[in-house]
Amino acid sequence: MTHFLQQLLNGLSLGSLYALIALGYTMVYGILRFINFAHGDVFMIGAFTGYYCAGWLLPLFGVDHVGFGLIGIVLAAMLVCAVLGVLIEKLAYRPLRQRPKLISLITAIGVSLLLEYGGQFTFGPDPKAFLDKAPDAIRDRVQDLGLPLDGLGDLILSPLQLMTFAITLALLGALVLIVKKTRLGLAMRAISNNPTAAALMGVNNDTVISFTFALGSALAGASGILFALSYPSIDPLMGLLPGIKAFVAAVLGGIGNLPGAALGGILLGLIENFVGASAFSTYRDAITFGILILILLFRPSGILGRKQPEKV
Amino acid sequence: MRQLSFFSWALLGILTLTAHAADAINIGEFASLTGGTASFGQSSHKGTQLAIDEINAAGGVLGRPLNLITEDDQSKAGEPSSILQKLINNDHVVAILGEIASSRSLEGAPIAQSNQIPMISPGSTNPKVTQVGDYIFRICFLDEFQGKITARYSLDTLHAKTAAILTDVKQDYSTGLAEFFKLNFTTGGGKIVSEKSYSSGDKDFRAQLTEIKSAKPDVIFVPGYYNEVAPIAIQSRQLGIKSPMIGGDGWDSPDLVRIGGRALEGNFFSNHFTPNDSTPTVHNFVAKYQAKYGDIPDAMAALGYDSAKILADAIRRAGSTGGPALRQAIAATKNFAGVTGTITINAQRNADKSAVIIGIREKQFVKVAVMQP
Repeated sequence: MTHFLQQLLNGLSLGSLYALIALGYTMVYGILRFINFAHGDVFMIGAFTGYYCAGWLLPLFGVDHVGFGLIGIVLAAMLVCAVLGVLIEKLAYRPLRQRPKLISLITAIGVSLLLEYGGQFTFGPDPKAFLDKAPDAIRDRVQDLGLPLDGLGDLILSPLQLMTFAITLALLGALVLIVKKTRLGLAMRAISNNPTAAALMGVNNDTVISFTFALGSALAGASGILFALSYPSIDPLMGLLPGIKAFVAAVLGGIGNLPGAALGGILLGLIENFVGASAFSTYRDAITFGILILILLFRPSGILGRKQPEKV
Repeated sequence: MRQLSFFSWALLGILTLTAHAADAINIGEFASLTGGTASFGQSSHKGTQLAIDEINAAGGVLGRPLNLITEDDQSKAGEPSSILQKLINNDHVVAILGEIASSRSLEGAPIAQSNQIPMISPGSTNPKVTQVGDYIFRICFLDEFQGKITARYSLDTLHAKTAAILTDVKQDYSTGLAEFFKLNFTTGGGKIVSEKSYSSGDKDFRAQLTEIKSAKPDVIFVPGYYNEVAPIAIQSRQLGIKSPMIGGDGWDSPDLVRIGGRALEGNFFSNHFTPNDSTPTVHNFVAKYQAKYGDIPDAMAALGYDSAKILADAIRRAGSTGGPALRQAIAATKNFAGVTGTITINAQRNADKSAVIIGIREKQFVKVAVMQP
């Protein structure tokens, strides 16, 4: 039983990382009916922001308060990615908003490639150790955070995993709050329902859309840091696979649906983990993408999605 | 008019031919300078370049300087084929040095073989590489040997009765080495209690490691490359696995400890070379390498160095750079004093050499044993 619980925990850890990225995909789709394929690479930029910040930000808090230092890095990454997201939207997507969706899709792929290979050129194509720039004592302390807590018997749970869960839940909660309780959130939902009507009601579409991108990208940035803390080898192409998997997660949960993205992310993490533990472990990624095909065939609106009738 | 254009083409042709007949001997090198196994390619290239520079400073070979043409295969399958075509057909190299990773050597070897261009792999340990043909050589030991010594070390020194194996199914090196370890471990009286696999590029190994943990092995054999071994070590400690890990020369990289940190404490791997050797040959090599590059050479650098030196020596003995003659000279290499040991190319075009077992203590590589063939 503990074994099953352990695999469950592993899956939840992985799942929460996917969930954070999936939320960004789903928000942008919900508002703009457009898949931002560059989203996975914003996640990568978040990780690299952390890589470069670690050298000076972590020593500020010292070894004893390294937890606060890590939260500082998460916030820094969220800020940089939010700005990046707004920039991408303004420069690459806004000019094409009135054009057919296909053109925006191709542009998104272009932005993705730009970030990836631009990253290779700027950061160097080789994998880097995430906390390489931080002093040894701090790196060891952070690595220790990944070690299991005592007193849980056979169950393995580390402070790092708890921190990942906590930050994911906090960000999720903040997102729900913003979307449900603020005027900006109301404007987002209005645009998602009918952009023209929203504009007629006095909503500044451009501002709200920028804000949506900023929000989604900030979440991707946070996920980048949490991912890099768990898997400390980072490289400019690291956003490819998690980005696509998060997209699958968003579709699984119902694209455009926020709780759906979170659910899809968790579910995908769990499935990936249980398959990885089984005899079919080498087919893990194949099965993940197989799920995408099955969902699109049998329930394209996803688990929590509502069937959108075509209005003619 | 037509005669004029014919003459100018003829002139161009003659000029090109004479340009080729002029001094330098072109040597091709393909290595993973970037990508998941970047440190292998960078180290072997630095070692090779050091050797080439030394040879050229001493007057070259047969009175001609060596011109090293290096191409980056980015640690990717599919790249070596096009690179070797380019080196052989465009650059007209007389021989090829490369690769470290067995999968990529296996990809390039058939092209060298069919063009009758000798290829020397500095560090590919999978037996299949030299089986491709008689133009393919290696100057390092085989995985049959590596599997044997790692199994022996696990059984005799680590007193392991049970072992788990975690293989990288995308790499011929890893699957081959795993098989040899399994064979030797079981014939030596041990029991394999779990066999799991992953792919190069994977980041999360918790699922496999949790399964391995429940099998309670005394030792975990991880015949992978450093970029995955480091996170495997980290995650195994995070899951509370206390058993030591043991692996092969694919661990040898400064990035292993850079990424893995303290999680690697108390683990072991087999290797071709250690820079801490007290012999004058190694000492001099380390000093020269450090003077030129500023860091300490690892096994791949030493192997790169030896491969270039052996090739130059073979060209000298052959007296020419023609394919068949050069091939014969390489095959006849006997008791060559390399920095990675005394190298004799045997009938299977492999080298019989001793290996070292390296232990990781306080984030340092420490030689703990020497294993003779």
